[in-house]
This record gives sequence, structure tokens and C-alpha cells, in this order.
Amino acid sequence: MVIAPADNNSIDASSLQIRNVTKRFIAPDGSQLTALDNVSLSIAAGEMVSLVGPSGCGKSTLLRLLAGLDQPTAGELRVGNEPIRGPSAQRGLMFQDHNLFPWLTIRRNIESALVARGVLRERRGEVDEFIQLVGLEAFANSYPHQISGGMAQRAALARALVNHPKVLLLDEPLGALDAFTRMRMQDEVLRLWRSRGTTMVLVTHDIDEAIYMSDRIVMMTPRPGRIERIIEVNQPRPRQRNSSQFLELRGRILEMLHFAGEHAKTGAGER
Amino acid sequence: MTLQQMEINEAESRSEPDVAPAIAADYSPIAAKRRAPVIAMFATPAAAGVALAVHYWVPNNEPTPNTSSYPVLLAGVLGLSLLLPISQFFSVRLKNWLLAKAPLFAVATLTLCAWELITLKFALMPLPFFPGPEGVLQSLINDRRLLADSTWHSLILLMGGYLAGSIAGLISGIIMGWSIKARYWGMPILKIVGPIPATAWIPLAMVVCPSALLSAVSLIALAVWFPVTMLTASGISNTKASYLDVARTMGAGRLYLIFRVAIPAAMPSIFIGLFMGLGTSFLTLVVAETVGVKSGLGWYVSWAQGWAEYGKVYAAIVIMAAFFSTIMTLLFALRDRLLVWQKGVIKW
Repeated sequence: MVIAPADNNSIDASSLQIRNVTKRFIAPDGSQLTALDNVSLSIAAGEMVSLVGPSGCGKSTLLRLLAGLDQPTAGELRVGNEPIRGPSAQRGLMFQDHNLFPWLTIRRNIESALVARGVLRERRGEVDEFIQLVGLEAFANSYPHQISGGMAQRAALARALVNHPKVLLLDEPLGALDAFTRMRMQDEVLRLWRSRGTTMVLVTHDIDEAIYMSDRIVMMTPRPGRIERIIEVNQPRPRQRNSSQFLELRGRILEMLHFAGEHAKTGAGER
Repeated sequence: MTLQQMEINEAESRSEPDVAPAIAADYSPIAAKRRAPVIAMFATPAAAGVALAVHYWVPNNEPTPNTSSYPVLLAGVLGLSLLLPISQFFSVRLKNWLLAKAPLFAVATLTLCAWELITLKFALMPLPFFPGPEGVLQSLINDRRLLADSTWHSLILLMGGYLAGSIAGLISGIIMGWSIKARYWGMPILKIVGPIPATAWIPLAMVVCPSALLSAVSLIALAVWFPVTMLTASGISNTKASYLDVARTMGAGRLYLIFRVAIPAAMPSIFIGLFMGLGTSFLTLVVAETVGVKSGLGWYVSWAQGWAEYGKVYAAIVIMAAFFSTIMTLLFALRDRLLVWQKGVIKW
């Protein structure tokens, strides 16, 4: 955070606590599926944390719980000192699909976040700011199907940010983009993260992306979903994708992922 | 690079969203050949000339009508089609449109000619059931007052029934699409009552409703209600879950989710229901007018048939074609306006 306020609570207001969270789903055949098993994690205010792991390890489930779209079977999630009971404009969410409303222009899509909270009239002026922030001035009146995937994802980012959320939850938001657009978007997200001090939780399949972006990488294992280990990325920013540190860490993570299946251990990280 | 990525890059580099030129989207068989425009330009006048020649020079084998409305119509077609080469000096769009439609106009004119040949000229079809174009045209002109009046009555009946049925269908569809409980109790009723043709209720409607007009309106409304409800409910309940999730993380309440997410998302499906409802409403209208209400185009057809005036029957059918087609076109125009955001929609 850029400014350090006097009282402790407002710093904590954008930190996230996940305490002994278990989430089970009932499959159509009646059997139980444990998506998350006793997961605990603490994310500091303004931190950028990546969740990586093979599919089925519960990383998207964890993100939905943080968003308040689902409730845990056991355990507790808190944002600051408040338990998470449902979705809130304080915690923005972005998916792999941009999920812009196809019936609204880009401008109206970004406004829709203000309309949803009933604050459009007071805050309409900010919409232009956010359109500029993601560089879509020329496409403000286009419909989502008329613009490219990268532009649509930028518009979705602007929509997620226009409510000034304290926490931004990103579920593989760059997964569907081509390599060049993806790298540009990573820098864009980092720029916004740094300038706004938003706490960010990023689900990704891409090890490079996780190392490039995050303060910490949380590695998860599937069936049942658990935290395997947490890796702190102590590299100066902006990071070089071809630096020896970067490549060395990348090699270590790939090795860990390779052996993760065979040595399924709980908790014990590098810290 | 995959094709999709290339498309993305291409979209990234262009500054204006593209709108396909209207002419290119239309099917035009003549666009293929270079010499074709000249042929197309004179196809309609030539067809009208042939039809006039047939009318005057081929001897009649049926009683000769003592009117001249048909040759006047053909002469009008001939005159207007000769204006085509001149039209390009006023509007290129008009010229292109006329050029694209020229084969259709020419064939339509030749169809009139063929009709006259098999009726008036060669008497291949028995009278009074199959009058020639002259007879139908004359009925149209002679009975224009009554036909206009009947069209007006049909319009009122249709609009009353269609609007009532659509509004009821939208309301019940939205409720059933959104609420699981409403779907549980509503669907069985919809599935059992819905498929019954509305016309099967005519005996009941005549007993229950105080007036024939009201019974016809409620029958049309019932016919429209079923498809509109079905497709609205399906559109609402198939709203992409992630649209709703995103809206909820933006702080949206239930009203926002229904009116700003689910209903717009269901619009394409709702319009399919409205189109299906329009089709069944035409059918129900004509049947209801034939058996119950003593006015309207359906009534006119059965009345004319009672007097064996088949020219009038066909005249009313011609009016119906124009009338129903216009309403359909208006609904398509409304759809195109509301669903501009949708790509790849069917053209009318």
C-alpha cells in the first residue's frame, strides 16, 4: 500500500484469511467430491499471489469461495476482519472468458458495474478514465463481438476495476490470449496492481506467468485439493523472463510439479 | 499462428468496427457475370411486354371480362421497369436494389402471364374456382371498401390477441425461467395445455366468453402465450451462469440480475417465441373469424366462398399475404433494432 493509514483495520481490510477451509460437492451419482481439504492461507493486503496446480486441485473453487459465490462446507474465509458471506463489489472477479455482456457496448459494459451498485449517476465521470486506462477509447461504442479477445479482456479488466475493489480475483484471465497479447496484458495488470495497491489472487496454468507476476506462488495438489507448498519469489521487479534466477526458479517449480503426484505431502513449503 | 489469432490481430489493427455492405449480403445471381446487368435491366420490361402480347393476341377460351385492370397493371409494370435505367441518375442504392431484384420481378410478371394462359386463354382450370388474374384484380378493386374494412377488423383482433398473449407469455416465461418452484409447478401445465391447438378451444370459448370478439381475442392470446412462455422460460433459465456470477461480484441485486442480465441474455430466444407466436396467431385469427366473428378477412373468405365468388376469395388471400407479411417484417425490424449486438442473425 502506498499510504499507511493510522488505524490497523483499514490496512487489513484488503487482506484475505482462509482458515481450515473444506469444500465438498455432491456428484449426481450421490458420491462426495472433496474439492478443497482443510486449506489455510493468509494473503496480505496489496499482495499478488498465484495459485498453480493441475486441473482439479481446487484453485478455481478457492477463488469462487473468496468471491463469495459459493460457501465452504467447513472453515472460514475472511476479508480483513469480516467473514465472507456473499459476493461483494469489494472483491472483483475476472474469468478466462471476458464475460462482457454481448448486448452492451464496451462503454455500457464498464458502466454496468456502476449501474449494478446504483452509483452510475455520481460516478459516470470515472468511466472515461477507465476506458483510457485500458486504452479502448476508439472502441468505446463497439460491441464485444466486434473487438479482439485481447481488447475484450482489457475491457473486462476495466469493468472489474471501476468499482475500486480492494481485492481482485483473476481466474486464468489471460489463458485464452495469444503469447504476445498475453505478455502485454501481464504488464498491464502489474501496472494497475502497483498503482492501485489492490490485493490480487491469480489462478494460472502458466508457470512463467506465476513467476513473472507474483510475490508468492501457492502450489496445489488435486484429489483432495490441498496446498502443496508456497514459494516466495524474491526477485526485483520488473522481472526478466530470461534471467538466470527466473529460469532457475522455473526449473525448480517444474520439477516439483513433476514429482508432486508421487510425493503427495501436505503443507510443508519452502518457507 | 492459428487462424483465430490472426483474426484477433486483424481486429486489433483496424480502427472501425466493420459493417458488411448491405448489397454484398444479398443473394444476387446476376452479380456473377459482367454482361448480366444489361439483361437484368431489360428482363422485367420484356416480361411485361410478353404478358401484354399474350393478353391481347392469344384468343380467350373463357368468357371475356369487360374490364381492363389487368392490362393497366401490366402497362404500369412495363412503365416502372423502364424507369430502372433512369433511376441510376438519382440514387445508386435504388439502382443496385432494383438490379438485384430484377430477376424476381421478371419471373413474377411471367407467372401472372402463365396464370392467364392456363385460365382465361386455354381454360385448363374449371370456373368459377379458378378465375384469371383479371377476375381477381377486378374483385380487389370492386370490393376495396369491404376488404379494407375486413383488414381493419382483422388487425384489431390480431393486435389485441397478440399483445395480450405476448405480455402474458413474457411474464409467465420470466417467472418460470427464474424461479425453480414456478418451473416445477408451471412446466407440467405448460407441457399439457400448450400443445393443444388454440382452435380446439373454440366450442368452450364461445360458451365462456360474453362476445365472439372477446372469445377470438382470448383464443389468439392463448395460441401466442404458449410459444412465448416456453421460449422465454428456456432463454431465462439458460442464461450463462458466469454472466450472473460476474454481475453478483459487481454488487448486483436480484432485480438487476433479472432485468439487466437474464432478460437481455434471453432476448434472442424470446424473439424466436414471438415469431412462432405470430405464426400461430395468423392461423388462429383466420379460423376464429371463419367460425365465430362476423368480420375480418377470414370471415370475408368464407362469405365470398358461400356466394361462389372465388375472385373475391383470392383477392382476400392476396390481401392477407400482404398484411401478414408486413406484420412479420415489422417484427423483424424490431428484432434487428433490439438485437444489433447479435452477430449472424437470420435475414427476413
